[in-house]
Amino acid sequence: MTTLTTSVSTARGRAVIGAAGALTALGAWFMLSRGSENVYFPALPAILDETWEYWRTAEGLRNLGASLTTLSLGLCLGIVFGVAIGLVIGQLTFVEQAISPALEFARAIPATALIPFAMMLFGVGDNTKIFLIALGSLWPVLLNTADGARRIDPTLRDSARAFRIAGFQRQAFIVVPAVLPRILVGIRIAIPLGLILMVTSEMVGAQEGLGFVITQAQATFQLVTMWSGIVVLGVLGFSITFAYSLLERVLLRWSDPRREDA
Amino acid sequence: MLIVTELEKTYPTKKGGFTAVRDMSFTVQEGELFSIVGPSGAGKTTLLRCIAGLDRPTSGGVYFQGREVDGPPEDFAIVFQDYARSLLPWATVGTNVELPLMKKGNTAAERNRRVTTALAEVGLSDAVDKKPFQLSGGMQQRVAIARAIAYRPKVLIMDEPFASVDAQTRADLEDLVLRVKEETGTTILFVTHDVDESVYLSNRVAMVTRSPSRIAEVVDIDLPFPRDQIATKSLPEFARLRAHVFGGIRDMVHDTTLAHA
Repeated sequence: MTTLTTSVSTARGRAVIGAAGALTALGAWFMLSRGSENVYFPALPAILDETWEYWRTAEGLRNLGASLTTLSLGLCLGIVFGVAIGLVIGQLTFVEQAISPALEFARAIPATALIPFAMMLFGVGDNTKIFLIALGSLWPVLLNTADGARRIDPTLRDSARAFRIAGFQRQAFIVVPAVLPRILVGIRIAIPLGLILMVTSEMVGAQEGLGFVITQAQATFQLVTMWSGIVVLGVLGFSITFAYSLLERVLLRWSDPRREDA
Repeated sequence: MLIVTELEKTYPTKKGGFTAVRDMSFTVQEGELFSIVGPSGAGKTTLLRCIAGLDRPTSGGVYFQGREVDGPPEDFAIVFQDYARSLLPWATVGTNVELPLMKKGNTAAERNRRVTTALAEVGLSDAVDKKPFQLSGGMQQRVAIARAIAYRPKVLIMDEPFASVDAQTRADLEDLVLRVKEETGTTILFVTHDVDESVYLSNRVAMVTRSPSRIAEVVDIDLPFPRDQIATKSLPEFARLRAHVFGGIRDMVHDTTLAHA
């Protein structure tokens, strides 16, 4: 028990325990679904087989590609606009005061409520998906950026003013790096939102993509294919989040004094 | 050269206003090191922010070469007490020093030359590619001084710059300031609460009272240059001046009315 509690405090120990937990869950799923005759809950090996088979076919790859393309385009747009607008709002008090109430109202509307509107505007296809993902991921990035820009350290602000660092130099060398930790937090929140909006919009407003495959498979009673789509989504979400946390660590190396190699 | 006339700064509070500085007047001559020394809570930082153009005085004014200071002037550089937060933690030492020089008229080669010279001056040539957090506190303050030197200001404002470094580093940095003054002829306005430091460094020392602070006395420091940590501080005159300034400050702490005499 003592070794167990100590191992929790090390990164390696946490990784081992986490992996053990995940393997146990997987094992439980495997055992419980073994030899399942229930069409709604197919056996795990069947799902994994289908995952491996279907998502390597041209059709599977095309759907996967379509999802990834719209997700990355949507996130990029949301991040670019979120950071740009956030920087303006966070630094110009009168802009903030003028649009804050309208902003609070707009962000309270779930992006999914705009699916019918987006479909009307862009039709069934990629643009609808991109619009919705961008809109959903815009808010956390924008609000975090604006808040970060408002809270730049006063000493840093004074030292920029005293040395008359202004304009582009001020934004590029002082404001953006100072706000970067908050921007990254915003993006961290935006990624799962983007995934949700991607799947949702594909289920109702698209002809391809992971969400489309899942609904289509359900409608045609290919439940193993449906489950394989869910597995792929899980793997995708996990991988993106994991890759993102690595990127975050690299970008924020300066702020971690324990990293002497930075 | 730098004239402060009847400067007053009042901050709004819930109970009316709080006057940090009242009726402050003095003139700093070109090329001199002018110290402002006083007990903590004497509104020294407030005064300095007004002089640097970071805050506007409530009344009175600051004039530099005949022009009123209404924002940070081009010719001023500041070394803050809090070096850890006045340097950019994400930028290298070199970039920190170079950033204020990135204006029209400075070519990359010229900037590079000034950064190299300034870092050599403070003994940090090897640290150009390091990040601030990889350096000790004293070294970070050296970077802040190098940034100010490279900027080539006419007036260098230092706000208790050595308050958070150890004694040995402090002595080294004091001598660095004296060397900069001698080599560049920069006018230096130095704020401190350390009496020894003010006497050792200055041409003149202004003693300020507690808030609302005003100048109690300006003392001429007629100690010979170049100054030396051991030789200068062994002079009877140093001891006399130190005792005089120290006594003045102590009286202010015990009896604020004396300051108005």
